Amino acid sequence: MHPGVRIGRWSWVWRPWVALVTVLLAAATFLVFCVSISVGDFTIGLDAVLRTLAGQGERVDEFVIMDLRMPRALVGLIAGIALGVSGALTQSIARNPLASPDVLGITSGASATAVFIVTASGGAAIGSAVGLPAAALAGGLLTGFVVYFLAWKKGIDGFRLILIGVAVNAAMQALTTWLLAVADIRDVARAQAWLVGSLQSRTWTEVWTALWLTAGLVLAVLVVAFHLRPMHFGDDVAAGLGVRHGAVRSFLLLCAVLLAGVAVSAAGPVPFVALVGPQIAMRLQRSPVPPLIASGLFGALLLIGSDLVARVVLPNDLPVGIVTAVIGGPFLVYLLVRANLKRPA
Amino acid sequence: MTALRNDVARLGAEGVTVGYADRVVLDNLDVSIPTGVITTVIGPNGCGKSTLLRTLSRLLKPRRGTVLLDGHDIAHLKTKDVAKRMGLLPQTPVAPEGLTVADLVARGRHPHQSWVRQWSSDDADVVARALEMTGVADLAHRPVDSLSGGQRQRVWISMTLAQGTDLLLLDEPTTYLDLAHAIDVIDLVDDLHEGGCTVVMVLHDLNLAVRYSDNLVVMNNGSIVAQGHPSEVITSELLRDTFGLRAKVIDDPVSERPLIVPIGRTHVVSKSDQVRG
Repeated sequence: MHPGVRIGRWSWVWRPWVALVTVLLAAATFLVFCVSISVGDFTIGLDAVLRTLAGQGERVDEFVIMDLRMPRALVGLIAGIALGVSGALTQSIARNPLASPDVLGITSGASATAVFIVTASGGAAIGSAVGLPAAALAGGLLTGFVVYFLAWKKGIDGFRLILIGVAVNAAMQALTTWLLAVADIRDVARAQAWLVGSLQSRTWTEVWTALWLTAGLVLAVLVVAFHLRPMHFGDDVAAGLGVRHGAVRSFLLLCAVLLAGVAVSAAGPVPFVALVGPQIAMRLQRSPVPPLIASGLFGALLLIGSDLVARVVLPNDLPVGIVTAVIGGPFLVYLLVRANLKRPA
Repeated sequence: MTALRNDVARLGAEGVTVGYADRVVLDNLDVSIPTGVITTVIGPNGCGKSTLLRTLSRLLKPRRGTVLLDGHDIAHLKTKDVAKRMGLLPQTPVAPEGLTVADLVARGRHPHQSWVRQWSSDDADVVARALEMTGVADLAHRPVDSLSGGQRQRVWISMTLAQGTDLLLLDEPTTYLDLAHAIDVIDLVDDLHEGGCTVVMVLHDLNLAVRYSDNLVVMNNGSIVAQGHPSEVITSELLRDTFGLRAKVIDDPVSERPLIVPIGRTHVVSKSDQVRG
C-alpha cells in the first residue's frame, strides 16, 4: 500500500519517484532559465547571473539581465507552464493524448482574433498590455465554447471532441490566412512574426499580466483537479465515486482554455508545447495520466530550451515556434502511430 | 428458502418514469430492494433493466417519481453522500493504461477524501481490506491492463468495496467473461453478500441469475412483471411470455434452485419437447 505523508489532519500519498522527477524538472528548468539569461550579444557568467537574481549583481549586469533578458525568459517560463498545464487538462478530460489546445483549435482561435486586432490597429496592438491579450483570450474562449458546444452530444466523447477541434482549427487558420491576405503588407510582416510564436522583445508589462493570470488559474486548477482523478475512469464511475463530473469538467476546460489564451497572448501560438509537454512529463513520471505540475514544468523547460536553441544554435534569431514545431511534429506522428496500433482492427 | 429481510428496504423507487427524448423506458415503476440479499434484475434486451439500475444509482434523473436511499430522496442528497452510502460498478469501465491495481482500488476512497486529506491511515486500511476480500492483494502492484478479464472485474468490485458501503450496484459484472471467470466473479459477489452486503445487479445469463440471487426482478417493456425468489418466479410460462424463450424448468442437480434448459428448433430428442409447426 502507499505510504502517506501526514501533518496533523492533513495527509497525502507519498510517491518518491514522482517527487524526485518533479524536483529534477524544476531544477532543470531553473538551470536552463539561468543559461538563457546568461547568453546573448555578450555572455554574463552563470555566477554573475545568480548574484544578480539574488539582488547583489553589478550595475551593468543588472541592467542587461533585469531590463533586457529577464522579460523574455520569464514570458517563456510562464507561457510554457500555462501551455503544459492546459494540455494536461485537455488530454485528461478528453482521455486522449491528441487533445491539446493546439489540436482543438483553441490556440488558432486565439491567434485569429489577435491577428485581427493587429491588422485592424495597424500593428499598434503588439506589445500593448491590454488589447492583444484581451483579444487572444476572448478568441480562445469563444473557440473553446464553439468546439465544446459542437462536440456535446449527451456528454463529451474524446474522439468526437478531437474531430470537431481539428475542423474548427482548420477554419480558424483559414480565417487567419484571409485576414493576412487582405491586410496592409507592413502589418502582415508584424503579425507573421507573432504568429510563429516568438519571445523577442518582451516587456515587463507583458510579464506581469501573464504572471498573475497564470498563477491564479494554475492555483484554481490544482485545487479542483483533486476531483479530476476519478474522472479518468469515465463519467459513470466518477459519478459513482461522488464527483459532479459535469461541473468539474466545465470548470477545468474553462481554465485550460484561459491558460492557453494567456500563453498565446504572451508568446504567440507556440505550437506543440501543450501537446508534447504533458505526454513527455507523463512518461518521465511513469504516471498513467498527464501529471499537472510536471507537465507545466516540462512545458516551461521545452519553451525556454527551444528559445535558447533558436537564439544560440540557429542563425538569425529565429522565432521559438519553429524549434518547438521541429521537435513536436515527429512526436505528433509518434502519438498517431501509437494510437493507431492500439486501436483494435 | 432464504428468508428475505424485507422489513427495512434501504433502496427503492416509487412511481419512477424515466425516458430519453420521446421514448419512455420506465413507466411509473415501483420497486423495493430487500436488505442483505442479492437482488438481480433480468429481462430481455431493451426492457429497461440497465435503466432501472442507473436510475437507482442516480446516474439518470427520473422525470417523475422518487428514488429513496435510506429514507432520503436521492435527488436531494449530495453526490458525495450518495457515494458514501452505495457503491456502483457501471458496465465495462475503463482504466488508464499503466494504472496499478492498488491505485485503482484507492480511488474508491474518493468520497471520503478532501484536498487536504488525500490519504489517511483509514484509507490505507480500508483499501488493504478491499484488496484482500476480493483476492487481488497479490496483484496490487500490477497494471490493471495486464490482468485477465475476470481479475480486472474483481479489481473494479474491490474499488466499489473501498467506498466502504454495504450496498453495491453492479451493472452486468460478468459481461465479456468466459463461464469460468463469470462464476469466479459471481462467487465473489456471493461472498460479499455472505459478509453482509446488499447487492443489486443486472445479469444477462439467466441460469447464473437463478443460481445466485435471493430475489429476482423480472422486467419487460419498462415494467416489472414478476418479483420474488427464483424458485417461485421462474416458470416456463414466464420465460415464454417475457423472453420469448421455449424452455423446460427442471431441478438443478447441483443447487436447490431451478435450472433453465432452453429448447431450440434442433437437437431436441423428446417428441413432446419439439417445436410444432
